[in-house]
Amino acid sequence: MSRIAILKTYKIYIGGKFPRTESGRFYQPKFDNKALANMCLSSRKDFRNAVVAARKAQGGWAHKSAYNRSQILYRIAEVLEGRKAQFVAELALQGSTEALAKEEVNLSIDRLIYYAGWCDKYIQMYSTVNPVSGSYFNFSVPEPTGIVAAFAPEKSGLLGLVTQICSIIAGGNTCVILASESKPLCAITFAEVLATSDVPGGVINILTGNRAELLTHFGSHMDVNAVLYCGADKNDIKTLQELAVESMKRTRIREDGDYFDAKHENPYYIFDFQETKTTWHPIEQIAGAGSGY
Amino acid sequence: MKQINFFDTPKIDQVGIDDRISRITARSIKKEAKVKGLYMILNMIDLTTLEGADTEDKVKHICYKAMHLHDEYPDLPTTAAVCVYPNFVKTAVTELKGSGVKVASVATAFPSGQADTQTKLADVKEAVDNGADEVDMVISRGKYHSGDYDFVFNEIATIKAAIGKARLKVILETGELGNLDNIRRASDIAMYAGADFIKTSTGKIKPAATLPVILVMMEAVRDYYYNTGRMVGIKPAGGISNAKLALQYLLLLKETLGGKWLNNTYFRFGASSLANDVLMQIVKQKTGNYQSKDYFSKD
Repeated sequence: MSRIAILKTYKIYIGGKFPRTESGRFYQPKFDNKALANMCLSSRKDFRNAVVAARKAQGGWAHKSAYNRSQILYRIAEVLEGRKAQFVAELALQGSTEALAKEEVNLSIDRLIYYAGWCDKYIQMYSTVNPVSGSYFNFSVPEPTGIVAAFAPEKSGLLGLVTQICSIIAGGNTCVILASESKPLCAITFAEVLATSDVPGGVINILTGNRAELLTHFGSHMDVNAVLYCGADKNDIKTLQELAVESMKRTRIREDGDYFDAKHENPYYIFDFQETKTTWHPIEQIAGAGSGY
Repeated sequence: MKQINFFDTPKIDQVGIDDRISRITARSIKKEAKVKGLYMILNMIDLTTLEGADTEDKVKHICYKAMHLHDEYPDLPTTAAVCVYPNFVKTAVTELKGSGVKVASVATAFPSGQADTQTKLADVKEAVDNGADEVDMVISRGKYHSGDYDFVFNEIATIKAAIGKARLKVILETGELGNLDNIRRASDIAMYAGADFIKTSTGKIKPAATLPVILVMMEAVRDYYYNTGRMVGIKPAGGISNAKLALQYLLLLKETLGGKWLNNTYFRFGASSLANDVLMQIVKQKTGNYQSKDYFSKD
């Protein structure tokens, strides 16, 4: 008699834990008319809980030394490297060829390492000393925006998700990200990687579910500081931008695609979620009259 | 009135209490009932600041906050009281004049209660002379644990006699009493000695207020009411910082003591950050959007 395989239930990732959705609902992503798994159909309350977790983690993550953040991103890459096979298998289940699946996993690891390298460098890149006509030393530095609520690309289950996450957290932000609805398996397996790789609970929170259902809540939550939308639906984008006005959320739009292209290794992805702080520091002499500081 | 032997107070069934609490926490309150509950909670808060670093200005801030919880919604109630150290009572009385917000003062060598009765009386006198409407005293836990219940009883009765018209809240400091049997016994001692309120904690010791502790205290209040006909109030304090938990306290209160206790004459929350969470929930109910602390005053 043949054995009946069990269908894994993938739970969501909030505050370093794996709860079921508060709503108790689920859906089954399919490929070739075959159900792949049971996924949580997250509700607005799950999103709310994730934002609370992200807020709790925000201060600690932003105040870690840049070097330490870099180490932690690198650690994610290390742990991911050790679990490649599972990701390749899941990508294949969701319709990828084996060769493409392998390349996607390798690129995901490389991308983590790429952004790990930027953690202690982007501040120098985006800081400036500003000429002012007064006896002040005037300088600007980037600071994390805060909590970023993100819609991961629909077409790219792993690499697209990883690219968004690492570019957001490299800059000291925390995030709540909604995985691809049709290709969600790798997102939650990636959460299992995160849970075992020194990332403090709450820095990254991953939900699965329906984009349309959660769209307005991502846009209207007053405690979310920025929204990232990967996609091209004009109505979605308009809705998000309108809602974002109320709490002056930073809104960024990125493409939906496979994210294989090297253009996604880009320090401006980090700068997307930075605020610029300018400081006026009194000094002895007027600028230009020799060294006053 | 039946004579009470404090060595023989009812024993508490811990498993039964936990079971009852788990049924309360599984329930959820929605929509209009929730909003009504939230308004009620605001009106039951003793907005508290009891830090070594308190200043006159800090006290003025919380007095203002007590009267103006969130001016965008003019229909909001004020808090029930402001709770401060005795030396700030005068400031609070001046600030709150005419607002209906009461001034409560901790006293009797708060929070440890380790002082002789004369010192405690002087402490209480300062609070009352400066115009405190309510006095929050701590019991002598050391004497309690030595089994000297007479001392604890007499001390409460002495303080009660000394404060005149002011209402007396007796802090049991349940976190230092050890188990539910002790909490029941201390509640009985406090009530028979004349307490107008029994209060869980100073807020300086963990665990502070919890649902099981409050349930035991409510049952003590209920039994005392059946015995004597006098209604005693209850004040959980410390550790209640979100609206959901506060609503569960109200559920427990309604079920155990009934509607007569559902007002700020008989029920209070001692809290500093609860008010903002409740306000955030109210605004969420009205606007539909989840709120951020950034849009509410800190003190």
